[in-house]
Amino acid sequence: MAVILTEEEAKSLLQKVLKYSKADECEINISGEKKGNLRYARNEVSTSGAQITQNLVVQSAFGKKVGVATTNEFSEEAFEKVVRQSEELAKLAPENPEYMGVLSPQQYKKTSGFFDATANITPDFRADAVAKSLELSRAQNLAAAGFMEDRHGYSAMLNSKQLFAYYPSTNINFSLTVRTPDGTGSGYVARGYSDVTKLDTASATKIAIQKSTGSVGAKALEPGKYTVILEPTAAAVLLENIFFNIDARSADEGRSFLSKQGGKTKLGEKIVDERITIYSDPNNPDLPAAPWANDGQPMERINWIEKGIVKNMAYSRFWAQKKGVKPIPFPNNMIVAGGSATLEEMIASTKKGILVTKLWYIREVDPQTLLLTGLTRDGTFFIENGKIKHPVKNFRFNESPVIMLNNLETLGKPERVVSTESDENYMIPPMKIREFTFSSLSDAV
Amino acid sequence: MNRRDFIQIAGLGTGALMLPGFASGRTVSAEALMEPGLDVAVKKRLADTALNAAKSKGATYADVRIGRYLNQFVITREDKVQNIVNTESYGVGIRVIANGCWGFAAVADAKSDAQIAKAAEDAVAIAKANSKLMKQPVELAPQKGFGEVSWKAPIKKNAFEVPVKEKVDLLLEANSAAMKNGANYVNSVLFMVNEQKYFASTDGSYIDQDIHRMWPNFTVTAIDPASGKFQTRNSLSAPMGMGYDYLQVNPKDKVTGITTRYNMGYDILEDITSAAQQAKLKLNAKTVEAGKYDLVLDPSHLWLTIHESVGHPLELDRVLGYEANFAGTSFATLDKWESRSFKYGSDQVNLIADKTQVGSLGAVGWDDEGVNTKKWDLVKDGVLVNYQAIRDQAKIIGEKESHGCCYADSWSSVQFQRMANVSLASGKTPLSVEDMIKDVKKGIYIIGDGSFSIDQQRYNFQFGGQLFYEIKEGKIVGMLKDVAYQSNTQEFWNSCVKVCDDRDYRLGGSFFDGKGQPSQSSAVSHGSSTARFNGVNVINTARKI
Repeated sequence: MAVILTEEEAKSLLQKVLKYSKADECEINISGEKKGNLRYARNEVSTSGAQITQNLVVQSAFGKKVGVATTNEFSEEAFEKVVRQSEELAKLAPENPEYMGVLSPQQYKKTSGFFDATANITPDFRADAVAKSLELSRAQNLAAAGFMEDRHGYSAMLNSKQLFAYYPSTNINFSLTVRTPDGTGSGYVARGYSDVTKLDTASATKIAIQKSTGSVGAKALEPGKYTVILEPTAAAVLLENIFFNIDARSADEGRSFLSKQGGKTKLGEKIVDERITIYSDPNNPDLPAAPWANDGQPMERINWIEKGIVKNMAYSRFWAQKKGVKPIPFPNNMIVAGGSATLEEMIASTKKGILVTKLWYIREVDPQTLLLTGLTRDGTFFIENGKIKHPVKNFRFNESPVIMLNNLETLGKPERVVSTESDENYMIPPMKIREFTFSSLSDAV
Repeated sequence: MNRRDFIQIAGLGTGALMLPGFASGRTVSAEALMEPGLDVAVKKRLADTALNAAKSKGATYADVRIGRYLNQFVITREDKVQNIVNTESYGVGIRVIANGCWGFAAVADAKSDAQIAKAAEDAVAIAKANSKLMKQPVELAPQKGFGEVSWKAPIKKNAFEVPVKEKVDLLLEANSAAMKNGANYVNSVLFMVNEQKYFASTDGSYIDQDIHRMWPNFTVTAIDPASGKFQTRNSLSAPMGMGYDYLQVNPKDKVTGITTRYNMGYDILEDITSAAQQAKLKLNAKTVEAGKYDLVLDPSHLWLTIHESVGHPLELDRVLGYEANFAGTSFATLDKWESRSFKYGSDQVNLIADKTQVGSLGAVGWDDEGVNTKKWDLVKDGVLVNYQAIRDQAKIIGEKESHGCCYADSWSSVQFQRMANVSLASGKTPLSVEDMIKDVKKGIYIIGDGSFSIDQQRYNFQFGGQLFYEIKEGKIVGMLKDVAYQSNTQEFWNSCVKVCDDRDYRLGGSFFDGKGQPSQSSAVSHGSSTARFNGVNVINTARKI
């Protein structure tokens, strides 16, 4: 049997598994995935790998007693066994007061995140794409270390109320660090696409090379508050901490940056600059995502922050019922709406500031304020009178993305980026921020 | 540490509870975790099949790992069980050298000779294909074969033999103790891991190993509704290379003081009771005044600073540039080591790598390339003397044999250099924590690990903690909050003026240390006694949004 099933194949397989169910309610999730990777360092290929996985998850419920069992073996015998096992576990389980039952069939918008070109990537394709990158670094006697990983797969579900959903998708992430042989310069680039035909490893490599050679001879600046221009790769790792923390229950419970005194939340309040709108949309052509959540709820465009105001928080079905509101599942993608400025225009309009191209080792210091710490890495530059003057030594920062988005000067056009912390892909604009807090210097290159 | 994975499974963040990446495999019943794996004679036959197939296709070296990985997680909040997960993953990974180049292939659920021979052939084919891009052939440090041997973690009670109900009851009792003592919320988790690994190589080793790990932990949250402020206090437990015996309460494993800390036995009910009380106290604690302080760091805190500022920079693959695109490189370059005079720390600082320490997360008999484990100096009397290296790296630092710190997190992952347990040696002169504090004029005593961040070459770091106590004129005067310290690795270890004696020695550790692309997780312990560092820069982390 193929690992990557078509919609029809998935549906008929799921129906077959569902026939074994004797529980009050049953929900089956199925997925299949093929991944391939190539890793290189010191201008040589270091490791390569390929992985094929498939998984079937059965959730059975008797009343509010719920059991889950999984299998990666796809045979008639295994299907019956996994259904029986989930039923046995359900019978033994205590009642789960938060179990909400399975959903009736839903309507989903068609979204398209599957590209044949990405699904058809071969080891030779990977080697050629990496060779194009290596040729450039070797020619300039620079040391390249990079990683390319592509995946294609599908997920599907069926429940005992005949809700059926199917979504195929593809993805490729490419990242590269180029260092000068004496270790005094380092540059980085990362690209993420659903459609591999958009990936140009040579042009991406040129950016990392430019940052690497351009960062040689960095000068130390005093730590303090600076106007910064954050390239999207740098902004993503700060902003995703807002995305991770949009849960209504935590806010209602009083343990979120969206909580406030008196047991209330910041829903409906302006928390950042009015030019900030953060939304999710599975139909975004540059960042397509599944139009349904794991439990079958439809995904639609949701504005989480609209013109600076908290418009929505994520409500599980249980919490929504408890609070008497409509459930809103956690999103499958995240987009920060942008402005029109180009990076070059932002630099040209800056009297004194710092261009930050990448941030590293981001950790939450205080969940109450979303205060984060981390460091600049792989290319940080001083801007004076509208021009990049010279590279600067790396800084440690302590800053909250909420405070940062209140100090917004300019927004550029969103582009698709890969988070260097979570590997998630987002649409994020470059942004100019005033009074960004750098707290100490680092000798790291 | 792979923070996202941890937050997701522990339910400390916001999203749904998810399985961490390393726990992939099928879910099974708790009883299935007790079933024996393949008989050792069958494993030997399968291993020989792999080795012979690889050699017949032209491999000059081959090793095979037949692995069965079992996990159990019990996850609760307040009075509810959120999830009980049992997983099992079984498969075979084969690594070869052909044409001087590494090749690797893995196969899931392989129990037939045909499947395994095919994977061995695939590994050789990949090695030959990759050898076209190779400049320098792989050279392995020599390693003698050990014949048919075995190693079993010296656990007293296999955690998988304890009924799930007993584990659930313990966590719910702990949660109830927290709620009774003023917590608004509590999340608690038991992680249990068993790696059953069979390794064989063309060097003539057939090594059967049984490794156990366990980590009980929790987060208690206290909220002040009037101000809308909240504070948390995490467990002071350590993940350990132990069985359920880690949860046996024994007075000799307790270190009393301003709060009780634990050695080889953890009293979760006592710790969670203190945690609930302390989380409430933290709400009204004094906010720290930024400036220079002498820091007194408890082992429950210092392990993470050792991990980030010593363990990682002294990994030879990082030093050489193999991790440049992700984890980074290292400030501890080969020239510093070659000089034999690079002062990593003060004369008091002795840092030791050890893959044999009983009860530690990294302890095994042999590593994942068949090297017998050992103990060696990294920093001696403050001077950098060695790194952590595996077989294909030993020659670079003039070593005749590997340090035995090669590891793969699954049968399906390629083994590579991973951190050994790296620990700070205790002080040689008798010194208690109380006596250490008596000499401190302006200081902060830090217990438990908190937020952590360090640059890609391991110079500049920032650490938080769980509990902060202000020391004035030799006395603890009260609790502080909003504390984090920043330093530079070399400056910090050179500011170490005293280390308490062996009576205070305890292990901390990381269950989810991430490295590599694709990322692999490993578990590692770090021991120390309480140590004092003078004149460290402390910042105030309070903000208003």
